[in-house]
Amino acid sequence: MFLTLKRIIRTGFINFWRNSFVSLASIIVLVITLFVIGSLVFVNAMLESSLAQIKDKVDINVYFVTDAPEEAVLEVKRALEDLPEVERVVYISREKALENFRARHANDQVTLQALEELDDNPLRASLRIKAKDPSQYGAIVTYLENTLKEGGPDRASLISKINYNENRAAIENLVRIINSTEKFGLVLTVTLIIASILITFNTIRLAIYTARDEIAVMRLVGASFAYIRGPFVFEGIMYGVVAALVTLVAFYPLTLWLGPATESFFGSINIFTYYMQNFTTLFSIIMGSGIILGAVSSFLAVKKFLRL
Amino acid sequence: MIYFDRVTKVYNGNAVALEDVTLSIDPGEFVSIVGHSGAGKSTLLKLLLVEDYPTEGAVYFHSSEIHSLRKHELTAYRQRVGTIFQDFRLLPHKTAYENIAFAMEAAGRSDEEIAADVPHALSLVDLEDKMWNFPHELSGGEKQRVAIARAIVNQPDVIIADEPTGNLDPINTYEVVQILKKINDLGTTVLLTTHNKGVIDSLGKRVVTMDRGRIVRDDATGRYVL
Repeated sequence: MFLTLKRIIRTGFINFWRNSFVSLASIIVLVITLFVIGSLVFVNAMLESSLAQIKDKVDINVYFVTDAPEEAVLEVKRALEDLPEVERVVYISREKALENFRARHANDQVTLQALEELDDNPLRASLRIKAKDPSQYGAIVTYLENTLKEGGPDRASLISKINYNENRAAIENLVRIINSTEKFGLVLTVTLIIASILITFNTIRLAIYTARDEIAVMRLVGASFAYIRGPFVFEGIMYGVVAALVTLVAFYPLTLWLGPATESFFGSINIFTYYMQNFTTLFSIIMGSGIILGAVSSFLAVKKFLRL
Repeated sequence: MIYFDRVTKVYNGNAVALEDVTLSIDPGEFVSIVGHSGAGKSTLLKLLLVEDYPTEGAVYFHSSEIHSLRKHELTAYRQRVGTIFQDFRLLPHKTAYENIAFAMEAAGRSDEEIAADVPHALSLVDLEDKMWNFPHELSGGEKQRVAIARAIVNQPDVIIADEPTGNLDPINTYEVVQILKKINDLGTTVLLTTHNKGVIDSLGKRVVTMDRGRIVRDDATGRYVL
């Protein structure tokens, strides 16, 4: 067993060197495939962070009537926080709202003076609700309206306005765009990955096709299927490892160069920082894909010629 | 030892390559099979090497039917049969030494045995000095001698030689036939197909003549009659 393994590995190494041109061609194709896979990881990360940013900007505000007691508002807040769809609820008291208003209009003396003329704070307390997913705002609003109705007429009259009803079209539109972008990204990723896998498989199959007569001879000499297949599979693994290393190294200068551009375009994410921070994950994905692609392609290709 | 029991092989439903062939070969025999192209010689050997399956009938090696062997049994069977072909069928990316070593590795022999037996096999075919040459660096006769060394290195029960002299000049043909004779003298059964009248006549051994898929003559000390 150990002897066989040793021989398989040694033969794999020797074949790798002796067929250096075929090895080189296979490695180049694998590098391209792994590069596509790696790039898709980056693009997805970028897309996700942009979408997350956009999603984060979507929220709704519930405004309470000016004479709503703070206790009642906080009770509504607690009820909302218990909902599984809700990520967080921020309470903005009347005083806080006034403070915000003043800050916003610090350069607008006319407005500030008009505010001074009033006896009472005209601003309403509000709850800013952030859902875990933008598509859930409809459900949250329905819940809010229903529970308040059940709480009796004095409860129902607490709320003066929910701005969801005005922003509804915009939010729904955004949800649709986000969803279709995610779907499109997934379809594109899957298509590109399948295409590159097929190209790799075909290249390795062609490389092994040149050895089909040898495979026939090995069978006639009495070599077992596993012993014939072993060196080819090991060679495939070597292609994968070398191609993965080349790809990972190539991503370093590339992301370094693209880093500033991605940061200004996508806002939050720098591709180079992402590369450095997620190196272990990227390494596993690319090295794993390389080894699996190389080994599986070789395995299937030899299997085909063993059956002849 | 080898027994073809009423074997018929039909390709694509209508091309009859072998028709009702019954043939028995005993251990230690040297049997030549002669016949025109298309007489069924190659088909006979293909069936014996389990490169193809009979349409009817069965082929036995000792007492086992070789076409119903399991995968690992088939591998073991092939290790007991040495093969030599007209086109040599060496592994082009391996040296003469490695080609022979491969057959031993496939049979699971140890590194020590390989290191001892490969040079010995090469010396039997007089090729020790070309041990580290690749097949493309060897002449036709030398390639065939490497192939013979590979065929005998595992001490098989039978050597199957499919027109081994077809690509060789008279001198190399003579040498290859001498080597085969020597192998046979040492006790190994040899099954040879050839077109070469001179080879058959000089051997003076059993000759089986085939024509259109049938055995038409079987002489104990035959000559080439066609």
